[in-house]
Amino acid sequence: MYSEVVMDHFKNPRNVGEMKDADGIGEVGNPVCGDMMNIYIKVKNDRIEDIKFLTFGCGAAIAVSSMLTEMAKGKTIEDARKITNKSVAEALEGLPKNKLHCSNLGADALQLAIKDYEDKKAGKVKTPPKVEDKHEHTKGDTCRCPYCDTDLGEAMEFCSNCGKEINSSH
Amino acid sequence: MNTINLDYISANPLLPEVQDAMIEAIKKNHGNPSSPHQLGEQATEVLDQARVKVARLINCASPQEVVFTSSGTESINHAIKGIALAKAGKGKHIITSNIEHNAVLKSLRRLMKMDYRVTSVSVNEYGLVNPDDIAKAVTDETILVTIMHGNNEIGTIQPIKEIARITREKGILFHSDAVASVGVMPVDVQDLGVDLLSLSSNQFNGPSGVGGLYIRRGVSPLPLIDGGAQEDGRRAGTENLIGIIGMGVAADIAFRERESRSEHARKLKERLIRGLKESIEDIIINGHPEFSLPNLVSVSIRYIEGESIVLMLDEKKIAVSTRSACASGALRASHVLLSIGREYADAQGTLVISFGRDTKESDIDRFLEVLKEAVEFLRNMSPLYKKAKAG
Repeated sequence: MYSEVVMDHFKNPRNVGEMKDADGIGEVGNPVCGDMMNIYIKVKNDRIEDIKFLTFGCGAAIAVSSMLTEMAKGKTIEDARKITNKSVAEALEGLPKNKLHCSNLGADALQLAIKDYEDKKAGKVKTPPKVEDKHEHTKGDTCRCPYCDTDLGEAMEFCSNCGKEINSSH
Repeated sequence: MNTINLDYISANPLLPEVQDAMIEAIKKNHGNPSSPHQLGEQATEVLDQARVKVARLINCASPQEVVFTSSGTESINHAIKGIALAKAGKGKHIITSNIEHNAVLKSLRRLMKMDYRVTSVSVNEYGLVNPDDIAKAVTDETILVTIMHGNNEIGTIQPIKEIARITREKGILFHSDAVASVGVMPVDVQDLGVDLLSLSSNQFNGPSGVGGLYIRRGVSPLPLIDGGAQEDGRRAGTENLIGIIGMGVAADIAFRERESRSEHARKLKERLIRGLKESIEDIIINGHPEFSLPNLVSVSIRYIEGESIVLMLDEKKIAVSTRSACASGALRASHVLLSIGREYADAQGTLVISFGRDTKESDIDRFLEVLKEAVEFLRNMSPLYKKAKAG
């Protein structure tokens, strides 16, 4: 199901752990859909000097977290900003179609960590970074997962990403 | 080292006797049971022998009460849709529970689009249906009650006899999905008092692609598949004779071993639950502690996700099943686990460990050893675990 690169990063994840003195933290995901990612960055001279992650999730989510931290480590903030879900998925030599949302989560977590770092630097009051949990239809009448664009099917009772009951928000 | 299969609920290994019988049947080139010549008659004889064996396994009053199908899923579809269509003149109301298999749920959803009304009763924290709730849900329009026997995710066994007393008294038909229990423990259709009961060959070490539907004499669901007069006109299409022969042999062995098999499984289950409780913190054993399938344990391992546990175990050549959303491809947690009150995150970390007649105590011990390592590894990188432990 998974590529060898994915399995390697899953079995030997790089940069696991919490960072107590992080300069920026990005938290995304929701246990409802099965994954949560925390990315911690330490920045020095505008460069990501250290990066760590904690992830609750499937094999793909863990591999994405690990690959992402390897890709971002040592990069300038400007270059780290260019890391996308696509580049992480490519570096992992592809992900199964229904796991693409894992790479989206990873890229989002990194971008949120960078934003958190910049907000702190600019002296903004820290508000916990949070993914917006609105539920909207992007394509026609069918309910689609906002992350992976998967058709959620006729009988979904709640959105797999935001956890909201579909009946109440439709 | 061979893979340790602790995922019997997904696929039972075929017994050697079943393999031999099927290979022999392939080589023999049986005729078509519908043909009037000798080849056809011989095929009919073989078909009838298998029917007798399956009927005996579930104690039918007559072998003619067994219809061969392509799967447990087809049997369930046949029972539910067949009765719904046959009884539409009387009413369009069906009663079920919140923890049925998708074959039941989706059949009912299909009927709801055809103006049938469905009442789904909830279950308690052990996954048990309260028969009083069924009695209360009955209306003049009710034509069918469908409640599963043993649950394939948490193992809970429903009070089928009590529910059957209610349906008999009210003159309503009762179907039970017994796919997960037939062949695993003694199942007696006359003692249970059901009108229809679905079963699958693979759950008792027979081939997949064959199932059975018990239809009590006098009950007439409309056929799901129209065509020839096979199966007494109840299921058209030339019979899957090779599969049915395999199912017959498997049913025969399951019948002879019905007591020893469930006793063996029960001992393994006790060992497994004891081992889980001793070796891993923060777990929840799902399902009823007493009224439960002997061959299945559902455990929610808090703070980690099921698919990643399955992958870790797979690396060490142990196969188990998970009910996490990520693994299912459905992007949602199991409705069964949510119905018994599991939190979303705990539902995501749920494993289903199932075993059978060839599972050894050492397999259970090896699983426990590997699982402990996997859980430590995954909890070490879990934000939920760190948060919980930080208070």
